[in-house]
Amino acid sequence: MTEQAIVSDPPSVGPVKHEDLSLLQEVALRTPGDPNLEMCIQCGTCGGSCPSASAMDHTPRAIFAMLRAGMREDVMKSNTPWMCVACYYCTVRCPQEIHITDVMYTLKNMSLEANTGHNGTASDFSKTFISLVETYGRSFEIGLAGFQNVRHFITRLPSITPMAVGMLTKKGMSLFPPKRIKGMDQLKKILKRAKELEAE
Amino acid sequence: MSDYLFYPGCSMESSAKAYEASMEAVCKPLGINLKEIEDWNCCGATEYLSLDLTPAYSLIARNLALAQEQANGTKTVLAACSACYLNLSKADHYMHEDKAFGRKINSALAAGGLHYDPGQLVIRHLLDVMFNEVGLDKIKEKVVKPLTGLRVASYIGCMVPRPDYNARISDTEYPYELDDLLKALGAEVIDFPLKTACCGGHMTQIGPATAFELIRRLISAADQYKADALVALCPMCQMNLDAFQGQMNGYFHTSYHMPILFFTQLMGIAFGEKPENLGFGSELVSAHAAMKRIGIQTPEPAPAKPVAKKPSGLPMPPPRVRVGQQNTANEEASE
Repeated sequence: MTEQAIVSDPPSVGPVKHEDLSLLQEVALRTPGDPNLEMCIQCGTCGGSCPSASAMDHTPRAIFAMLRAGMREDVMKSNTPWMCVACYYCTVRCPQEIHITDVMYTLKNMSLEANTGHNGTASDFSKTFISLVETYGRSFEIGLAGFQNVRHFITRLPSITPMAVGMLTKKGMSLFPPKRIKGMDQLKKILKRAKELEAE
Repeated sequence: MSDYLFYPGCSMESSAKAYEASMEAVCKPLGINLKEIEDWNCCGATEYLSLDLTPAYSLIARNLALAQEQANGTKTVLAACSACYLNLSKADHYMHEDKAFGRKINSALAAGGLHYDPGQLVIRHLLDVMFNEVGLDKIKEKVVKPLTGLRVASYIGCMVPRPDYNARISDTEYPYELDDLLKALGAEVIDFPLKTACCGGHMTQIGPATAFELIRRLISAADQYKADALVALCPMCQMNLDAFQGQMNGYFHTSYHMPILFFTQLMGIAFGEKPENLGFGSELVSAHAAMKRIGIQTPEPAPAKPVAKKPSGLPMPPPRVRVGQQNTANEEASE
């Protein structure tokens, strides 16, 4: 009971230090809202519903057992959160109403901080996407796909060329980046402050 | 006329221009007045949330704060892209539910002189507005060219019916909204079992093998049901199923040809709009043959180039042919 109370009601006086918490508590606390993480009954509905489970080294169910067991290193090294396609099947099917997809986002954040460097393909994609957004305020699909494929799928380039041509000619996509939003300075200030808040 | 604050999202301006064009064409006759949120920024899709939660939610919340400033009496934000819709409603939902989190995001927004009061705006997807606000009766009234004879698979995908924070869609796994809307246009709608399955999302750029399998499931199911086209409502779904269909075919040695259209394109056709105003022809898997079945002329695909035949067997150097022996070699080959 005490453990549950800590998870759902973080003490309001003084900042909570992550190193004082168990792994399960830390993940729960870092996820917006209450993810009900401690409620898992290990039924496996999440893994059975997951369209990309075959690409994962542990099913989501196993990850929740590992979180409870405090296997920090193994969870941080796992590719499971990075293979999540955010389809939310597990989230709506979970009988305990655990916000599984949101927990996967938190785990991705944490594994980047832990710098285990296990799944560069997925995290590089996210990083490239965001560096473009932080430059223009909008996403730049052609540029993003170009960077990602040159970096990680160089052998695939010949096979995607016809598709890329179709994107430019039929879909009318531009080779040039989008126009910067007017409030770019404002957005940068917001993101800078948000990153400071995240680090606190 | 009802006014909506419109959040287009980045795809609508690059890969899904057909969606934007057709949406504009059908919104006007239905009395949907779209007011674009000025100077909106990218919602971060599923990528920023993966890196850094607080900046990710702040990025989304800047749009909500701008929308609130520019609201001018209207409260509803309309998004047509499923990922944008989910991100906007997710930020609103968690800022409302988790007060401490809401304060944190607002203190980030304050650095840019902005503020958002969670719960102030109502965030809705285009399909939800079409079905629940405009209504099928009004849509039926506008139909001048029913899509009789066009067999379609209705595909909603993930992020509109799930997690559906405000319970607007009939079911998280088997919703009927898009089916009913397409039936109202006169189309023959198959009972598509994979209507809310995943299109692969960003996996085409991360784990292509996984993505191709998810794309194959959807395309082959629609093909087995003998659908003329698959109808989508999200730029990401349309891009994955349309642009990567060729690569998926190559990966599995299949030859599926399933045109992927936006539901607004078919609404436009039924309303009597010209196909060229609805972005037809921008799909990589041509819908020309499918639309021709109901007498709609859309841009013809370029004739396919003859594929060079790959040599079979082991890679061997070409047979050496000596001068004088050429004739015999040719005769042997022809025998």
